[in-house]
Amino acid sequence: MQHIRAHVLVCGGTGCMSAGSGKVIENFKTEIEKKGLSDEVMVVETGCHGFCEHGPLVIVYPEGTFYCRVTPEDVKDIVETHLYKGRIVERLLYHEPLSLEAVPSYKDIGFYKKQERRVLANCGRINPEAIEEYIALGGYEGLAKALTTMTTDEVVEEVKKSGLRGRGGAGFPTGLKWSFAKAAVNEKKYLICNADEGDPGAFMDRSVLEGDPHKVLEGMAIAAYAIGSDEGYIYVRAEYPLAIKRLRVAIAQAEKLGFLGENIFGTGFNFNLHIKEGAGAFVCGEETALMASIEGRRGMPRPRPPFPAVAGLWGKPTNINNVETFANVPLILQKGADWYCTCGTEKSRGTKVFALTGKINNTGLAEVPMGITMREIIYDIGGGVINGKKFKAVQIGGPSGGCLPESMLDLPVDYDSLISAGAMMGSGGLVVMDEDTCMVDVAKFFLNFTQSESCGKCTPCREGTKRMLEILTRITEGNGHDGDIELLEDMAVNIKDSALCGLGQTAPNPVLSTLKHFRHEYEAHIYEKRCPAHACEKLASYTITDACKGCGICAKVCPVKAIAGDPKRKHVIDPIVCIKCGACMAACPFKAIVKG
Amino acid sequence: MKSLEDLKVLREKLQADIRVRENDGTKIIIGMGTCGIAAGAREVMTAVLDELAVRKLKNVQVQQTGCIGMCEKEVLLDVVRPGEPRITYGNVKPTDVKRIIADHVINGHIIEDLVIGKMDGGEI
Repeated sequence: MQHIRAHVLVCGGTGCMSAGSGKVIENFKTEIEKKGLSDEVMVVETGCHGFCEHGPLVIVYPEGTFYCRVTPEDVKDIVETHLYKGRIVERLLYHEPLSLEAVPSYKDIGFYKKQERRVLANCGRINPEAIEEYIALGGYEGLAKALTTMTTDEVVEEVKKSGLRGRGGAGFPTGLKWSFAKAAVNEKKYLICNADEGDPGAFMDRSVLEGDPHKVLEGMAIAAYAIGSDEGYIYVRAEYPLAIKRLRVAIAQAEKLGFLGENIFGTGFNFNLHIKEGAGAFVCGEETALMASIEGRRGMPRPRPPFPAVAGLWGKPTNINNVETFANVPLILQKGADWYCTCGTEKSRGTKVFALTGKINNTGLAEVPMGITMREIIYDIGGGVINGKKFKAVQIGGPSGGCLPESMLDLPVDYDSLISAGAMMGSGGLVVMDEDTCMVDVAKFFLNFTQSESCGKCTPCREGTKRMLEILTRITEGNGHDGDIELLEDMAVNIKDSALCGLGQTAPNPVLSTLKHFRHEYEAHIYEKRCPAHACEKLASYTITDACKGCGICAKVCPVKAIAGDPKRKHVIDPIVCIKCGACMAACPFKAIVKG
Repeated sequence: MKSLEDLKVLREKLQADIRVRENDGTKIIIGMGTCGIAAGAREVMTAVLDELAVRKLKNVQVQQTGCIGMCEKEVLLDVVRPGEPRITYGNVKPTDVKRIIADHVINGHIIEDLVIGKMDGGEI
């Protein structure tokens, strides 16, 4: 056997896989073989690095060279130039969007500089299907420490002291939640990991499960010990096949080495884990609906109390936490609550993973310390708005969250300041919107999502969101009338107060927050019948300017023959016939057609 | 697995296998320019890798670099121990490798008769 001198880490997350990293890995293996380097270079498939925009990503160690958008054809070059001769393949390096400078090393890239990668520390750094690599980086030490040196009370106290709050959305203190389940008296208790990630654009839980599944298993085992549970479920959506596969591999490996199963660390503590695949209903992320689904019933919420800590799964005391919450737990036990508190704000400790999407240069996953400003996330990490357009708003917290305007960009990102600004942390989706986005349309989009995901059990959510959506639709189509805004506000407040579960109670948030910060856009739609962002097709009007040369191409492509004019003379559009399809604007070779 | 100690022992053992991903430890850098390769850099490198494997020195990093302009002295091989100057050896033959690793890499004794240059600040 020879000394392995280089590791080639290829991202095998869902993002990079769909961009072709499977073939890249295959090519690396054959090219390395061809060059006779098989004994000295190792190819490792890792989890997600978060920089999905630039995938497939390849990192070559020991140098730590970061290659992006690597195609299967590029592999030969990397093997010959880098692995054989030791020279960096410049053209595949990441180039900073503003300075256009090439950045050879992972840690120097702007996207990563302001991040504090704790939960995601191993994602992209280890092979998620090798428990050995997780252990090599300190894995399962938190569990060992908890089980062999701490009482269950001490574990709960440590988590309370860390200030960890639920990362799934509401931000309930995790230690406190555990103490409720711990206090429940019953010989059978259950522990559930909520991996039913469903917010549009959010994929941090998937990335953790795919990139570092053992961290979640370890966090769950610690929680189970703390509350006195011997059986757990991971409720993960079936749309996450890779995450499910890696979880199954991880559970089998952990059982083999004795981190799960019977008599863990010889302490007599038993913990067995099952995976339950969810069918993808958004409402199943609500804890009582989720438990109904595990029990094989239709996924619908029920009124609380009784809370799950008293009567949960199959009527037994149950504790539910989200994936990212569990992934924080091993760190707290391994390094201590005091270390954990070195990061974040007084009431929101630690880090949060955000999924950056929308009109932003660096889409991907970023883990940042709590208390960082939205401006830093969007401009320093996200690289700013695409095509140099003007920033308009950021939608945070998914369908339950709200939109924040530019004036609130310097707001520190933590649970409480987001709530007071009319948004919420949610699971951490961040959708950036530029000047071309219509805020009424955004509210309609999110309400449309919650409306179609409403389970229909309670009237306020089932009927109320439907009526609100109808009003929003007619506003964007130019049929809004006086009183619509007031009616929306009235309904929103009533639905929030009366809906049965979190889905309905938060569904009006996108409407309320856009009304709060962008009321003028609603008014323009209703009273002036125009969309200030020119995004609502039904309110758009197309006109031909003097740049028209009279070529007649627009008249030919118009499907309703709304354009007329003599050859070589300026043409005109009949606004009554025009269906606002935009075909003429796309076809005009002289850019003489404008939308207004 | 019965205790925290058992886990730590296992961790130490496993850590060595992913040591390449940490940028620390002693580095051996081999000149792999066209001149270096022509002078037998691949053979030197293979000898280095073999010797490291025999001695189970998993914390030693092997890197390559391009031509630095002293083509007549190829094969060039540099050793950088943490906190020590970068030492460049010239005209290295595969047969010299055992000596470089035993004396310099492990014990820190520079082999003066092969040295052609020293440079402070080992960071590359």
